Amino acid sequence: MPIVMDADRMSKSLARIAHEVLERHRQIETMAFVGIRARGVPLATRLAAHLKNLAGVDVPIGALDITLYRDDLMRTPVGPQPVVRRTEIPCSIDGRPILLVDDVLYTGRTIRAALDALIDFGRPSEIQLAVLVDRGHRELPIRADYVGRNLPTSREQSVQVRLVEIDGKDEVEVEG
Amino acid sequence: MSTATALRSRHLLGIFDLEPDEIDLVLDTALAMKEISTRSVKKVPTLRGRTIVNLFYEASTRTRLSFELAEKRLSADTLGVTTSISSVVKGETLLDTARTLEAMAPDMIVIRHASSGAPHLIARASRASIINAGDGMHEHPTQALLDAFTIREHKGRIAGLRVAIAGDLLHSRVLRSNALLLTKMGAQVCACGPPTLVPPGLDRIGVQVTNSIDAAIDGADVVMMLRVQHERMHGLFLPSLREYFMHYGLTPARMERAAADAIVMHPGPMNRGVEIDSAVADGPWSVILDQVANGIAVRMAVLYLLAGDEGGV
Repeated sequence: MPIVMDADRMSKSLARIAHEVLERHRQIETMAFVGIRARGVPLATRLAAHLKNLAGVDVPIGALDITLYRDDLMRTPVGPQPVVRRTEIPCSIDGRPILLVDDVLYTGRTIRAALDALIDFGRPSEIQLAVLVDRGHRELPIRADYVGRNLPTSREQSVQVRLVEIDGKDEVEVEG
Repeated sequence: MSTATALRSRHLLGIFDLEPDEIDLVLDTALAMKEISTRSVKKVPTLRGRTIVNLFYEASTRTRLSFELAEKRLSADTLGVTTSISSVVKGETLLDTARTLEAMAPDMIVIRHASSGAPHLIARASRASIINAGDGMHEHPTQALLDAFTIREHKGRIAGLRVAIAGDLLHSRVLRSNALLLTKMGAQVCACGPPTLVPPGLDRIGVQVTNSIDAAIDGADVVMMLRVQHERMHGLFLPSLREYFMHYGLTPARMERAAADAIVMHPGPMNRGVEIDSAVADGPWSVILDQVANGIAVRMAVLYLLAGDEGGV
């Protein structure tokens, strides 16, 4: 199946997103990045590393597990509960601009859950969304502020993002 | 990391029925739940719209409060039935109470009862998930799970540890659940109590039994004290509480025999000066208040995992 993004393109996309974030935020040092588990977390870490190079700023990085906020959690007729992982938000998010980071934007339901979860931690001054891939098919009025690549897909296809930190290599593959 | 992704039963009746990978799953899930209690908004919407009945036929403060907090932090609707002011005093049987509750369609029932096996009886009559919050002298599974969580938090593991459990072994459901769990997870368990308070059969679940507390504590990584349950004894088992303290009380001097970094646990409520000296209960070894805090996280994990519809029995 086709690899639609290799390691080189992924790295260039993330570098571009970092530049865009910097361009849109004058007080970059007040920001915090929050990755959605699992693959949003290494992406947030890489974006923060770019910002460190570009502006010399250490942005705090958090990890958000949205399992307990899912809207399909108690509605599926059969099936075990998804495994819950730890949420770690290293600083107060009150009054800070937050960059939420995830690998794929699809229905928007994960982001809805992430917004609810974040707001339980405080009242950020704004929340923006960065994703590596936007594959369309939104079911909620949600959009990304920074997109690595727009990828036209059908609902039957699946988009696999692989990252060195978790999967041993960087690539995006469309299956089916 | 755990390999089980779900509990195999829709009830939690005892540790006896759990496999080691299910125990790991509960403990790993509790790790995520513990963080919720550190937030300023200590609540997640996970069990919104679920109804949980807390049916307590026996006095309980910490277990009942701990379950209630766990339920509320997961956004469930909770009802507490205090049996002294309910139809139970009018002579309703346990099964009739269960059927009446059943007609109100709760999703889960947390039950504590003075008779061993009461939760099992209700589990057979109910569509709700049943959680045993202590039945007679049988089991208290969430206590054993929170104890295991606390041990893992302080020691990083359970397998290979030496655990001494001392006190009133005969009347203790905490002992039974803990002994089952700790041996399943590969710890070495030594139980100690006066000869009149040692139940038969502990060796069958791999527990070493001694009447000397010094021998039990020797080299122990974890010392778990059990409450002397004088309300269940009617003076028949012990000459006096003073004499009990002399022979079986946990004192700083006795703790010298334990491993240098040993921890001391107690399920509460403590009888200071009976099974445990205040200098130990409030001393550097004590993780007793950690146990209370961890109880909420572990119960949240159990509620969450049982709320999933496995289609099991």
